[in-house]
Amino acid sequence: MLSDPLTRLGRSGIGAIAGLGRAHLLLASILGGLLEALVRPRLVLAQLFNVGVLSTLIIAVSGLFVGMVLGLQGYYVLAQFGASESLGIMVSASLVRELGPVVTALLVAGRAGSALTAEIGLMKTTEQLSALEMMAVDPVRRILAPRFLAGVIAMPLLAALFSALGVLGGWFVGVGLLGVDDGAFWSQMQAKVDFRDDVVNGVIKSLVFGVVVTWIALFQGYDTKPTAAGVSRATTRSVVHSALAVLGLDFILTALMFGD
Amino acid sequence: MGEGFPTPARHAAPAQTGEALAARDRSNSALVRVRGLRFARGDRVIFDGLDMEIPRGAVTAVMGPSGTGKTTLLKLIGGQLRPDAGSIEVDGQSIHRLDRRELYALRTRMGMLFQSGALLGDLTLFENVAFPLREHTRLPEPLLRRLVLMKLEAVGLRGAAELKPAQLSGGMARRAALARAIALDPMMVMYDEPFTGQDPISMGVLVKLIRQLNDAVGMSSIVVSHDVPETLGIADYVFIIANGKVICEGPPAEVSAQDSPRVRQFLDGQPDGPVHFHQPARPIADDLLTPSKQRGRGAC
Repeated sequence: MLSDPLTRLGRSGIGAIAGLGRAHLLLASILGGLLEALVRPRLVLAQLFNVGVLSTLIIAVSGLFVGMVLGLQGYYVLAQFGASESLGIMVSASLVRELGPVVTALLVAGRAGSALTAEIGLMKTTEQLSALEMMAVDPVRRILAPRFLAGVIAMPLLAALFSALGVLGGWFVGVGLLGVDDGAFWSQMQAKVDFRDDVVNGVIKSLVFGVVVTWIALFQGYDTKPTAAGVSRATTRSVVHSALAVLGLDFILTALMFGD
Repeated sequence: MGEGFPTPARHAAPAQTGEALAARDRSNSALVRVRGLRFARGDRVIFDGLDMEIPRGAVTAVMGPSGTGKTTLLKLIGGQLRPDAGSIEVDGQSIHRLDRRELYALRTRMGMLFQSGALLGDLTLFENVAFPLREHTRLPEPLLRRLVLMKLEAVGLRGAAELKPAQLSGGMARRAALARAIALDPMMVMYDEPFTGQDPISMGVLVKLIRQLNDAVGMSSIVVSHDVPETLGIADYVFIIANGKVICEGPPAEVSAQDSPRVRQFLDGQPDGPVHFHQPARPIADDLLTPSKQRGRGAC
């Protein structure tokens, strides 16, 4: 009886390691197919529409509201120290460094990542991937690689949109509603937000999150059990694993980028 | 072969007879050769020393009860699965020794009709049929369009070219998948349960199409099915597999005349026989009278 939990633990551990191995093999195959995807830009453009353009609404609205909340909370805190003129730098630095890349990645994982997992999983369940193989078409190169590339390209662009609209949201609340000086808001932002330290690092974070979120979504779909319950579980795993990976990686990247 | 079940082509004659010569000719012109095939999924052995020779230019039926590995056999022949032991040759090439490029080159000469149709859901029928042509040829668009329309015409779906797979009935989807399978004019087409779930009209159309396409284009067809009358009606040669081996093979007339209990049970659809109706279990009284701790609550 004692050995049962141990056996289960061991089995799940081996399963997790084997899954990690399969995921890395799939990533290697996808990377091997990227050149072919670049040669066929129409495939990538179609996926950029699915992953990027169709995510713009949720990203834009979320960015706007996050910026507005930042403006509101930031004003209340800064006003206590007579530093409400610094609202611009607080809002923009928070968005560009952290909230833009992280919240965008979480939203993309929830909207586009889950859709990718479900799409690939259903293609597997309905034997479309097998049919491609039998037509001598590599599904990794034809189906997965363009989606991967689209996810990696779309993520920084969506994060930029999120941050830009967040700044506008913060400006609307701070300057438009709470009376912060317009010139101080923009000039402090311009003076204190560093292009290399803040913007470039934010873009690097977004690129890393783009790779990880899209990779996880595609792997979960490709590795799913070809049943309705299998696709359902894979879609859930895709969002959960992506969220955990993004938050964990954000801590590591922040420590590497902004630590002394 | 066949665990003691005599097979007409093999047991009947000494080497000099016409039938033996015909068997030798068939062997020489075999399109697919399966030798000592062994394949297992976990502890369950699906094939255990399977031997088959599938002739060229003919409609060959592979029949057997559900769960005997008929679809698995097609996946092994197509190189989608690897056998644990034994070999499979397709057109003289040992399929599991080919590298990826060689395997894909061979697959361009093979078509496969999946049980579900497996059409690409976001493409129209026209684009589905055009898909292999676009991937493997550089035909100019007007020529490609004509070819696709001819393939769709052959399966009676030219008028549905702009429909999406979700808008099709099951029979139409399978015919569309057939048009896609023959898009590159393959040397052979494998049909995985083409008649399952079809109404009599769709079934009749598919039966006629398989025979006509095989004869008109001169290709070879492997039909995996457990629909006995339809399959025997179009096949030139029949294999019946059970328990991981071929239990009977030969022309349809000879297979139909077999008196082996296992073959008869399958062909006549008898509910009980060598293949038992009931799965092995302890006596029913034990189950009914003993409260079970193992039964969980079902979830749906």
